[in-house]
This record gives sequence, C-alpha cells and structure tokens, in this order.
Amino acid sequence: MREFDYRRATDVAGAVALLGADPDTRYLGGGTNLVDLMKTGVERPARLVDIRELPLDRIEPAPDGGLRIGATVTNADLAAHPEVRRRYPALAQAVLAGASGQLRNMATVGGNLLQRTRCGYFADVTRPCNKRIPGSGCPAVEGEHHNHAILGASEHCVAVHPSDMAVPLAAFDAVVHYETADGPGELPLADFYPPVGETPHLETSLPAGALITGVVLPPAPVAARSRYRKVRERASYAFAIGSLAAALDIRDGAVHEARLALGAVASRPWRARTAEEVLTGAPAAPETYAAAAEAELAAARPLPHNGYKVTLMRNLVVAVLTELAEEAAR
Amino acid sequence: MASSTSSVITLHINGEKFTLPVDHRTTLLDALRERLTLTGTKKGCDQGQCGACTVLLDGRRTVSCLQLAVAAEGREITTIEGVAEGDRLHPVQRAFLELDGYQCGYCTPGQICSAIGALREHAEGLPSAVTDDIRPEAGPPPLTEEEIRERMSGNLCRCGAYVAIVEAVARAAADGGRTGAATGSEEVVA
Repeated sequence: MREFDYRRATDVAGAVALLGADPDTRYLGGGTNLVDLMKTGVERPARLVDIRELPLDRIEPAPDGGLRIGATVTNADLAAHPEVRRRYPALAQAVLAGASGQLRNMATVGGNLLQRTRCGYFADVTRPCNKRIPGSGCPAVEGEHHNHAILGASEHCVAVHPSDMAVPLAAFDAVVHYETADGPGELPLADFYPPVGETPHLETSLPAGALITGVVLPPAPVAARSRYRKVRERASYAFAIGSLAAALDIRDGAVHEARLALGAVASRPWRARTAEEVLTGAPAAPETYAAAAEAELAAARPLPHNGYKVTLMRNLVVAVLTELAEEAAR
Repeated sequence: MASSTSSVITLHINGEKFTLPVDHRTTLLDALRERLTLTGTKKGCDQGQCGACTVLLDGRRTVSCLQLAVAAEGREITTIEGVAEGDRLHPVQRAFLELDGYQCGYCTPGQICSAIGALREHAEGLPSAVTDDIRPEAGPPPLTEEEIRERMSGNLCRCGAYVAIVEAVARAAADGGRTGAATGSEEVVA
C-alpha cells in the first residue's frame, strides 16, 4: 500500500477544502471498499480525509415531505430507521440484503453510492481494465462475465454496479446532494451515473472534489407498498446476480402507478421506465407484468455467458409484481 | 500543506488506553495483534469477507481488517479479551463453550464478538434480510435458526461448525445474552 497522509475533517467546508481538487486525495467514510482497494493497489491515494465525524449522520424529514438521509448514515442505521421501513420498505430491504452485519455497521450511504464494481478484472491490477487504465482494454468482454451487464454496456466496459441500496433509490427518484468549494449542488440519481460509452473510468457526474452530503427521497406514497428481491449464488452475504426494487399501486383492478429498478444488470441501477409505461393503466395481471418486463428487456444485449440474466430478470419482475398485487388485495 | 504518513494515536481498548505511533497504513487488526499483543482477534482473509477479525467499535460489530487504526482513535474498542468480566464469562462465551460452538477455534473470537453485536442489534429491533415484516410496529422478529444464520452470515467457519454455532447463539439469546450484549462486559453470569 502506498503511504498516505491522514486528516480528520470536523465540518463540511473543511473537508471540501482539505480535499481541494487533488486527484490523489480521497474521502474516507466507512472504508469498507476503499481500504480493501488500497490493499490491492487499485486505489493509491496520497491523502485520506476522514469524514466520519461530519454532522451528516441524521435521517430527517425533508421540507417537501420526503426524507433526507445524511451521507455518513451507516447502512445499519438506514435500515433500522422507522420512517424508511414504513414509507420506503424496499430501501430497508435492499440495505439489509447487502454485505454482512459487520460491514453494514461501517459502510455509509455516500460511500455506498460511490462503491466500485466487483468485476474481477477491475480488482486485479495485473490485468487490463478500461476503468482503471483508460484504453487498456476490457478482458471481460471475451472472458469471465457471467455476472456482467446485459443493459447499457459498451465494448469498453461490461461491469455492473454492485450496490443494492442504489436500486430502490433509483426507483424512488432520489436526489444526491453534494458540496464543492464553489458551493452546494444536487444531482438526480438518474443523472448521477453517466452512460458507459467510451469513458467507463468516469463513474459519476459529481464535480471534481465534491463531497456527497446526503440523499433526499421525495415523497412517494407508492413506495409504501414496495419490495426488494435479490437473487444471488448463495443464500446470504453475496453480491446480486440480479435484483429488483418494485413498487405498485393498484386501483380498480388496474395499475395506477408502478416503480421498477433493476440491479446487477448495468453499470448503474437501471430504472425500468419502459416497463413502467407498459404497466401504467394496464390490468393488474401476470400477463401485464410479463409484457412490461419483456418491453424493458428488449434492449438487453447479453454476452455469451450471461444470457440467463434476461430470463432471470423477466421472471423476477413477474414474481415480485404478482406478490405485491396479492399483498394489495389482502 | 505539510503531510505526514504516521501519527501518534491513543486507542481505547477494553477500558484501557494505549498510546502508540502508527504508520497510517496500519489496520486496527494489525495494531491489536502486532503492536499491542492482543492476539485474540484473528486474521483470516484480511479482506472483510470472513469475519475472523470482528471486534466491537462503540458497541457495534466491525471487521478490524478494513478499519484503519488511525481512524479508530477516540472510539471504544472491545476485543474478545474484553468481553468477559474477570473470570465471569460473557453469556455468549459460555454458550459457545457449553455447546461446542467451534472445532479448531480460529474463527471463534470473531464469531463471539459478532454474536454479541448481532444480539444487541436484534434486541434494538433491527430487522434482517429474512424478516418477513420489517414495519417498526411489528417489533423484533423471533430469533429463529433462519434469522441467526442470516445475521451471522458475515462469519465463516471453515470447520463447518455452524450447527453448534447457531445453537450457541440461540442459547445465549435465551440466557440473556441480549442484556449482556447491550451493556458490554457488565453482564453477571450466575
């Protein structure tokens, strides 16, 4: 590991000033991803700015009736919060489905959004990777890619975003708030992760040196009946091979409103707006759910070894929407 | 801005203060084992995947291999050496002993610290990924085998002693491990 300077920030402005626009400095939150990557040499910062003591560890009502979640709230505290469990249950379920009890106590909301892909080639500094070294190539396209992207990828990178938490955040139109030396800013989650294209190393749209201060969930009554379902290769403590955050509001036998986002299928949480359009106004029935899933997945471009994900995601959408509809009928 | 790659830090461990210079790259795990001879905490994968290095930080279970020592300054650290009250074992320790919740024992300190943290989380009402009804009104779910296995999934046992580990955690919960976990090492065992 490269030697590094360590600073502890006590206020947001101080943290932003300490980082400046230095590309060799990183903010340190829970460290569960960053410290791991520093050990393997993927990350080689010259300075860490520890932000754990910043006053960003609260979950509070937002002025518009939504919920504001501070950037240093831990995963465990997010999942435990009564308002999250009541009003956005899929978010609590997604967080609980990720990592282990120990890691959920350490990991923070801001860091969760910024966590790096678990693509094995990205993690292995002896191999080419367009994310780590732009222009070096992507061995995953013709190599090990059974858990790689089926939507929105490019020939330059087929890695998936590993976050569970970000999937319901995408479904619920979360907005990321940040601070820079030039003042605060915000980014809807829909714009937070740019398309892969030819620049897979540009993973977020945050300005250089920006510090995420929190995530705001707008009010979303539909989210009160929501669910997160994660499919993985063992029963617990594994990354998803496919996941779904879904919310459904049925009135008079028809879908009044639906929210869908897919996880582990793209470089970002994949908001399924095409599927939502098919669902809205249609009869609340399994045939509708299948048609919606198929419409969304028509854009899928699977690789030789991950075509199973197309079937898996279709079935996941049908199963979870059917369950939500049954729950609503009870 | 002047930079430095090492610092003199004071760690609060098991009720004692330890002041030591550390290279910033030092993990809490390595500081405990290599600098402070607190070798009860074990190094397994060193990647946050096995749970052998689990300690309690401000009462919350944490993997010490991904925790930088310098960033742990000012926090209350409890290791396996600090969970008993003198000769009185913590209820979780006693349950692991009585039910043989181990084979080789290497993962056991991490399993015990993790179980203490998990029981406290459960007592505080935190749901898990296998909890059916996560509404706060529903209260904590019964601590079934499925719940224990899910909550303890961050601790691997290569001997495969899981059956007895689950039994030990269940017994500790029934014996008041929850109270013990909530108050650290102050639980009195009859």
